[in-house]
Amino acid sequence: MIDILGKRYWFFALSLLIILPGMILWAKNGLPLAIDFTGGSILEVSFASGQAPDNAEVFNLYQSQGITDVQVQPTGEKDVLIIRTPFLDETQQAQMIKAMESTYNDKVTIRTADSVGPTVGQEVASRAAMAVAIAGLAVVLYVTYAFRGIPHALRYGICAIIAMLHDILIVMSLVNIGGKFFGWQVDSMFLTALLTVIGFSVQDKIVVFDRIRENTAVLRRLPFETLVNHSIVQTLQRSINTQLMTVEFMLLSLALFGGVTLREFAVILLVGLLSGTYSSIFIAAPSLVVWEKKEWRTWFKSNKPRTATS
Amino acid sequence: MTRKTTTYFVIILLVVGAVIWVNLPSSSIHIGNFVRDLETKLGLDLRGGMQVVLEVDLPADSEVTTQSMEDAKTIFENRANGLGVSEVVFQVAGNRRIVGEFPGLTNTEEVISVLRQVGQLAFVPMGKTPIAEGTTVNVDLAQLTGGTSTIPTTTPEANPDGTATTETPTLSAIMTGSDLTKVGVTQDQLGNYEIAFELSDHGKQVFADFTSAHVGDILGIVLDNKVISTPQIQSAITEGSGVIQGSFTLDTANALAIQLRYGSLPVPFVVAESRVVGPTLGSESLQKSLIAGLIGLFIVMLFMGLFYRVPGLIADLAIIIFAGITISVYKLIPVTLTMAGIAGFLLSTGSALDANILIFERMKEELRNGRSVKQAVGLGFQRAWPSIRDSNIATLITSLILFWFGSQYGATIVKGFAVTLFLGIAISLFTALMVTRTLLTILFDRVKPTNLARWFGI
Repeated sequence: MIDILGKRYWFFALSLLIILPGMILWAKNGLPLAIDFTGGSILEVSFASGQAPDNAEVFNLYQSQGITDVQVQPTGEKDVLIIRTPFLDETQQAQMIKAMESTYNDKVTIRTADSVGPTVGQEVASRAAMAVAIAGLAVVLYVTYAFRGIPHALRYGICAIIAMLHDILIVMSLVNIGGKFFGWQVDSMFLTALLTVIGFSVQDKIVVFDRIRENTAVLRRLPFETLVNHSIVQTLQRSINTQLMTVEFMLLSLALFGGVTLREFAVILLVGLLSGTYSSIFIAAPSLVVWEKKEWRTWFKSNKPRTATS
Repeated sequence: MTRKTTTYFVIILLVVGAVIWVNLPSSSIHIGNFVRDLETKLGLDLRGGMQVVLEVDLPADSEVTTQSMEDAKTIFENRANGLGVSEVVFQVAGNRRIVGEFPGLTNTEEVISVLRQVGQLAFVPMGKTPIAEGTTVNVDLAQLTGGTSTIPTTTPEANPDGTATTETPTLSAIMTGSDLTKVGVTQDQLGNYEIAFELSDHGKQVFADFTSAHVGDILGIVLDNKVISTPQIQSAITEGSGVIQGSFTLDTANALAIQLRYGSLPVPFVVAESRVVGPTLGSESLQKSLIAGLIGLFIVMLFMGLFYRVPGLIADLAIIIFAGITISVYKLIPVTLTMAGIAGFLLSTGSALDANILIFERMKEELRNGRSVKQAVGLGFQRAWPSIRDSNIATLITSLILFWFGSQYGATIVKGFAVTLFLGIAISLFTALMVTRTLLTILFDRVKPTNLARWFGI
């Protein structure tokens, strides 16, 4: 039988390897927050003449109207510009459109115009975090109840949540890396993706834990580590198939063929849900073993190899 | 077939029939006053339009009552009627915000200026003949200047320039809403609803003078140049308070009282957020993604069939039924579909598939252990059930908490996600346990497969 648990510290290290770069970027640059969360205005305009003015010209026009901290971004299309500014209300926005029309003698059409006050977004984010925290607590309680028939039921709930946090960190790391290299942003779509990952993660952990629960009753003589390893291997085929079908097939087609607006969303989901399956096997179940053996007592003691015996 | 299986099969057939009916293009439900058109409702992010978040402009610790939020919502709705578009929706989100959605609109400046406009309430004499409610009129406030109590003599019949009647009539106001100090809904001895009001000292004087001279005349009430009520003066009102009678229901009386009470809003509001989603962006992206979703679904079904063979095909059927039921429930409730809502739907589809996979993997295990097909089907469901139950209950708990939080604090994304996830999970439990199981039981009651490799892919 495949020995997955014996290499558990390698898998922990692998996760760390993926999480750390994103966390370093996070610490260095801060989260790439979209105006959904920071407040501000985004204006996407198209110019009827088919040729948008120079970025620098538009920048100067905004400066001359007393609006500083402006970012003008070209898009793939020649006639379209994206202009990011601090929060502008609708009158200021309309003024700028008029100013552009008269300065460049062109007809300016608004494609999208978003203005978010500074407080709204932060509240949404902190409340979503709060909701997730409370849901996590409820899951711990429920799992403890559902696993009450076997020893240390509370551990299963807590390990499920640890693995869920792992998945959140993977996704956070991804968005920080994507933010650095592809201009990804933490916006409300990202929040949606994160919620989906969390929902999937918890469900997947419980399926794997269920097998341990079942085997605990049947295979009482086996050492805990062997029993957990056995359970993982038994559910492996299901984990792979579920992951393939529910996730990769659907999301890959979304990422490849879906609208541009969905691409970033699909990639984040793809990685997040993959992590959801991965962490059930390589984080959640091994954590149970680490806890059972209280391995942290040996972590900082000596240079003895950490890959455990079994 | 056992009786239980037969019952289940009939239930499934009935559900499928209902699903097909709901999804017929012409279906709609009329039960008494209850009407549902069974259209799929798309959220703003998918169909394009504008969203405005209005926030109470008072210090964060000040108390804002639910009543004043509801009143403000009514007032915004009235104001938005002036935009002349249908399907404008206002929702109170949390205790300090109102979210307005304007499908199809992109002109931020116009929409916001309409929402900002302060209601101008005026009392105008209309002589003996009332002007129909809802008529647009011009209100001349010239008579009011200086707060004098001059009683105007002009009536609509006496339009000074004698212009044609097709033109908007101009009426002179004797008093504006600012002279109302108190407005409430009361009931008379017969239980009819009426609106009681009290006037300021200035208003009391104006009213006393005017009503004593014009008993029997109509004193129209005009809000934002629109006639909203045309009560007749029954007797002179000299003590500064009176009632407006009419055939009101509680709701219409309340609505009028709100309009009278607040030509302006009960609490000040600012625009905290406004967004425009270009409709082309929305629909193009939606269509592409729909096609992509269908391609993905096709591959999934193909894979299920290849990997699990006959049970896989039955699971495919169950997934189609799952999707049909879910979409019908969205139409019945109705659920407004947003991006987040679709994510919740996809996750629950995944969960429905996962339930089938769990069951089939267990069935294969039992078959490999040498059980008969019938036993393996039974055991597969029995053994997979605890994991399906517990994992789905955990997700149901999560979605309930997310829903509660989302609606409590106006986080619409969280709420939209939670609603579709909850419904999807509940329905997936039904399809995995009832549809897949019943169909498999019926099938293997009649057919005794001998070649396990071909039938189950072992």
